[in-house]
Amino acid sequence: MTSRDHRTQLHSATRRKLLIGMAAVPTAALLSRVARAAGPATAAVNTTGLAVTDDTVTVGILHSVTGTMAISETGSVEAEKLAIDQINKSGGVLGRQIKFIQEDGASDWPTFAEKARKLLVNDKVASVFGCWTSASRKAVLPVFEQYDGILYYPTFYEGLEQSKNVFYEGQEATQQIIAGLNWIVKEKGAKSFYLLGSDYIWPRTSNKIARKHIENFLKLQVVGEEYFPLGSTEFNSVINKIKLKKPDVIYAIIVGGSNVAFYKQLRAAGIDLVNKQNLLTISVTEDEILGIGGENIVGAYAAMKYFQSLDNPTNKAFVKAFKDMWGQKSVIGDVTQAAYEGPWLWKLAVEKAGSFDTDKVIAASPGIELNAPEGTVRIHENHHLWSKTRIGRARADGQYDVIYETAELVEPNPFPKGYQ
Amino acid sequence: MTGTAFLNRKDLIGLLLLGLLIVVVLPLAFDIFRLNLIGKYLTYAFVALGLVLCWGDAGILSLGQGVFFGLGGYCMAMFLKLEASSPEATKIQSTPGIPDFMDWNQITALPLFWRPFHSLTFTLVAIIAVPVLVTFIIGLAMFKRRVGGVYFAIITQAIAAILTILIVGQQGFTGGINGITDLRTLKGWDIRTDHAKYVLYFINASLLLGSIVLCQYVRHTKLGRILVAMREREDRVRFSGYDVANFKIFVFCFAAALAAVGGAMFTLQVGFMSPSFVGIVPSVELVIYCAVGGRLSLLGAVYGTLLVNAAKTMFSEDFPQLWLFAMGALFIGVVLAFPDGLAGIYQSYVEPHVERLLALLPGRSGPGMAAAAPASRPE
Repeated sequence: MTSRDHRTQLHSATRRKLLIGMAAVPTAALLSRVARAAGPATAAVNTTGLAVTDDTVTVGILHSVTGTMAISETGSVEAEKLAIDQINKSGGVLGRQIKFIQEDGASDWPTFAEKARKLLVNDKVASVFGCWTSASRKAVLPVFEQYDGILYYPTFYEGLEQSKNVFYEGQEATQQIIAGLNWIVKEKGAKSFYLLGSDYIWPRTSNKIARKHIENFLKLQVVGEEYFPLGSTEFNSVINKIKLKKPDVIYAIIVGGSNVAFYKQLRAAGIDLVNKQNLLTISVTEDEILGIGGENIVGAYAAMKYFQSLDNPTNKAFVKAFKDMWGQKSVIGDVTQAAYEGPWLWKLAVEKAGSFDTDKVIAASPGIELNAPEGTVRIHENHHLWSKTRIGRARADGQYDVIYETAELVEPNPFPKGYQ
Repeated sequence: MTGTAFLNRKDLIGLLLLGLLIVVVLPLAFDIFRLNLIGKYLTYAFVALGLVLCWGDAGILSLGQGVFFGLGGYCMAMFLKLEASSPEATKIQSTPGIPDFMDWNQITALPLFWRPFHSLTFTLVAIIAVPVLVTFIIGLAMFKRRVGGVYFAIITQAIAAILTILIVGQQGFTGGINGITDLRTLKGWDIRTDHAKYVLYFINASLLLGSIVLCQYVRHTKLGRILVAMREREDRVRFSGYDVANFKIFVFCFAAALAAVGGAMFTLQVGFMSPSFVGIVPSVELVIYCAVGGRLSLLGAVYGTLLVNAAKTMFSEDFPQLWLFAMGALFIGVVLAFPDGLAGIYQSYVEPHVERLLALLPGRSGPGMAAAAPASRPE
């Protein structure tokens, strides 16, 4: 069998599994028993001493479940556990059930490094799904490179990185930014932009790309650019400046708790996002709206690759399975969906490689396609995902209406020329 | 008596036992991954030692020791980062030869204050000198004006907050919230290998033991006794003709220097430095290590640091969701039941037996290292 055939077959098998959803699980489990008995010998699929036995394989989950980031990362943990559960019920990976070891990064970057080392050195996990902030990823990166592990990283981020040992499931900055700006210029006739951001690497780099795109490629104007410390809650002075300069678009990359204050103060200042003022954000997912309150952000546009309201059968099955497992009130944002892709992408790569060995899995990964809830994604040679970018408009109930999506998958370009 | 007169027999035994534990027992009992973790904990012990002198003896509670730990660590990290950012290693950047985070922030030349950190000698001096200079200025401003007690503690917290905001805000120069990551070699010697980790662990352990001896020496001198006197009756010391402020500045600088050595060793062993060690929370945590161990005991502080961190790692590995509660219970339990920490437990329950055993041996036993103020001792 050529690898091409292999891939297509796996691809369609995954699509089927995702489509049938939880209802078909018993059948899948029955089928899988046959597959498990036929699983290849451990010595053949694991030549580097990973935690693989004849019927199990161990992976790691490394997120913050305590500390300030817990609120953001919990969704990712839940999505990864759901994916692992579904994979196990449909027969596991190479006939082996996935066991996971969960570690807490505690919103503390050195702790992430410590726990990553523990997972790779002590537990010998076959892969790790984890990290959320860029800082935590930067902290564990040398660990993964040194011990040759695999990390599946779910968050949209600033790009400027490409490691052999990391797969980036979120969009890098250009994917998220350029399509969004092009859309708002075309549809809303925007001419002037006011850039806002929390003061750390992701918003700064993203706004740098946005500014270059606005000024050099669209030949339009940036009328202001400002940054606020993480956790800042005082936005009235910048809101006054916005009122004075009247930009066509407020381009906001504010993160975490600051969002709550920002959108509330915006509304209190009488800025009407529904009828008068365009606001485009790349940092507010459904998770954040829970804290902000739908009534404060209704009318804002968001550019990302996934919204919970996406209307396709795979997403419907995913949302249902997620709510059945984690409660009906659960909300699924962009990163949560991306985290869900991790175990599936790994499974496909392992089965294509026919081995758990890190090098073989990494080599097998580029080109793999997955029919995820967001639609088809494909792993690029640079370890990022080809994915569509979508524009959502916030509703008062905390969900987004998807009003636009790119026709084609957008190529990931972590080192964009002309944008640095 | 000889130069080690400040160490009586009981101190020596205590020190030997600790040395035996960290130099022989732990390396034999644990693999390199765990040993590296223990090495990391021991770097916090440097801070705890400083706090024993500063807070336990002199009564100056600093809630900003993370600042000095961080400054030492950052100095080391800057040197290592420059070495890791050779033009060959950073070819893909817009400006090769500068640290990667500077490149992301559109900085095109190495900032002036980074340049001296190309030199290892300068770096080693700076690790001590920078924090000491900072503490000296703070101390001069505070103690000469007789700011003390709670006010001093609050100001140290403010300094911790200021430095964090500065580091996070100036990310082009400092790496921001990500910190300085991906450190590789020290003068061409790969610090990430297992062998290097062993070597660094033993360097760290020896430095720590050396620091304990140094602290014990300081405590034993007249200076050490003035510190304790200052804690008990500052006015009397002042009226006796001593300039209290100078002694306070000294002990504050001394504690900062120790913390900085810990920070530098931390960077070497963990492979990066980030502002999460500089802020208020880690600074308070460092005080807790000292409190759990017993703020009047040098050895207690080291054991306390080891215990708290070992518990932290164990709880968080076994109960990823609940471990913080377990830690909270531990702190509350220790402080409620044993206000003098581990050293207090040792003094009330174990020491009497040890005394009896020692009495059976020839020679006299003097006051222990665990004692707050070494009493006068026949020479």
